[in-house]
Amino acid sequence: MKDKLISTLSFAGFGWCVPVIRLTTGEDPNEQIRQIFLTIGVPVLTFGLFLLLWNGAASGVRTNLGTVPGPAQVVEQIRSLAQEHREERQKRTEFYARQAEKNKAQLAANPTEAVKVRKFTGRPTYLDQIFTSLRTVFTGFLIASLIAVPLGILCGMSKTLMTALNPLIQIFKPVSPVAWLPIVTMIVSAVYVVPREWMPKSYVISSITVALCCMWPSLINTAIGVKSIDKDYINVGRVLRLGFFSRVFRIVLPVSMPYIFAGLRISLGVGWVVLIASEMLSQNPGLGKFVWDEFQNGSSQSLARIMVAAFTIGLVGFVLDRIMIMLHQLVSYGQETH
Amino acid sequence: MSGRESDLIQHPFLHFSDVGKSFSTPKGPQVVVEGFELRVAKGEFITIIGHSGCGKSTILMITAGLNHLTSGGIFLENKMITEPAPDRGVVFQSPSLFPWMTALENVMLGVRQVFPHGSKAQRRDICRYYLDKVGLAGALDRRAGDMSAGMKQRVSIARAFALKPKLLLLDEPFGMLDSLTRAELQEVLLEVWSTERITALMITHDVDEAIFLSDRVVMMTSGPRARVGDILPVRFPRPRARAGVMEHPDYYRHRGHLIDFLEGHHLKPATRDARIAAPQASVMTAV
Repeated sequence: MKDKLISTLSFAGFGWCVPVIRLTTGEDPNEQIRQIFLTIGVPVLTFGLFLLLWNGAASGVRTNLGTVPGPAQVVEQIRSLAQEHREERQKRTEFYARQAEKNKAQLAANPTEAVKVRKFTGRPTYLDQIFTSLRTVFTGFLIASLIAVPLGILCGMSKTLMTALNPLIQIFKPVSPVAWLPIVTMIVSAVYVVPREWMPKSYVISSITVALCCMWPSLINTAIGVKSIDKDYINVGRVLRLGFFSRVFRIVLPVSMPYIFAGLRISLGVGWVVLIASEMLSQNPGLGKFVWDEFQNGSSQSLARIMVAAFTIGLVGFVLDRIMIMLHQLVSYGQETH
Repeated sequence: MSGRESDLIQHPFLHFSDVGKSFSTPKGPQVVVEGFELRVAKGEFITIIGHSGCGKSTILMITAGLNHLTSGGIFLENKMITEPAPDRGVVFQSPSLFPWMTALENVMLGVRQVFPHGSKAQRRDICRYYLDKVGLAGALDRRAGDMSAGMKQRVSIARAFALKPKLLLLDEPFGMLDSLTRAELQEVLLEVWSTERITALMITHDVDEAIFLSDRVVMMTSGPRARVGDILPVRFPRPRARAGVMEHPDYYRHRGHLIDFLEGHHLKPATRDARIAAPQASVMTAV
């Protein structure tokens, strides 16, 4: 029971709380306390030290927007952003309640009246912006994966195709999102003329830019994974005369799964980094736009708010990465023993 | 010359005709095998024995269609072998099972190719039959990744037999197993083989294994330009039991014959003793 819990926790990336569990079950207390100090104490101490240094250094720098905010001001802005979020939600509930009441009254007076249902048009809150960013990055990531994985498999299976595509891959891989964005913007504007309400242009542009930047690690990793499949497996496939799809789905895909997911993990990381820049420029209402708006806004709280965004970006990126590590372990589980 | 032997010369089931294989290296072409000539009758069990790197595996891989020859030809029922096909079942040195599949699924992978028109139940029965034969009736749904090396190789043997091939090719199938498991699996192989009587070609460097299993032991000279050096017919009655074979008066004569050949040809003195001692340690103590 305990061992199962411990292995599950380690699997989920909570390896640091294993000593705590061991301690509660009374397993070698001295050793566990030492482990707790090493796995939890040390990181907490460094973080504390970082906060102290930041606090000390921040008050010394004066900018156009006042002094650089320290940790306290940033925490204050987190509170204020949360407060704004609650107020905005409150307004929305009230709006819909009023509308429903009004419509009910109108219908009561005249049952044939065509009542209007309007959407609440408040400004997006910080939480909304985080979710917009997540939606955008996952769309881009999905587009990238759908292109990169099949293409990577083909590249891994055919040396000719790999040689053919290699120059393109090498050239496009280092191109920054800032360079892709104007190109994507022009093309999307030309092709996607009448945007649908649920898919605004800025969202399409940001997603495609993310996809263009983050597909390369997946593509390359998949190709390498497929190429490095044990020759024995390939031989078995040849002896059994498996067809192309049989080979791909029964041999190639399962064997290269760990490589593919390692690539996808890097891709999602790159995508998240790139997203902020492309949102800034394409005005997609996510975290990137939040940062840009605050920068343009230039109030005395702006810097602290941008720092909140920086921490949010970091934390979300960290969580996304953990999720990808877990998926990676899930697909490579038990494959060490061939 | 008996009728069977003259038939073998005129209509061999499997015919290696002047087979040659050379690789191109930066220093020019290297001839690994040259003028390899062998005729195999239907239902024969042939082992090919020789030193590491003499090209015996190359011969087997060419027969499997996984490698190409540079001269001559290999003919199975008068048809030249050019590519792999399920009419030749291969057991590789490493079991090369797919670790995420169960034993049954691994065997099924090939059976599905060979019997595409059979019903699902029929195919399942074939897989079960052979897995049962190799002693894995209780492990049908075990994942291959969770199996021991010996069990994996049993699955691999079942997979090869389940294709009902014309020819069975075994590339040092027990080379990576410990001696106890090896002896056990030799018996499993012999038992399945004796009910099916599929013509078999097996590579080994274990002298005792060769004598125990085969009708004829083909000795290859050491490379480069390896060829058939000598052929030893082993006429022990079948079905064979290990104890019976080892007590047979010809056993040590055969053994001596093979070791003399391996020793006499191209063995470095330093490795000689180890070579001779190794099979003794492996199989003899296991019995």
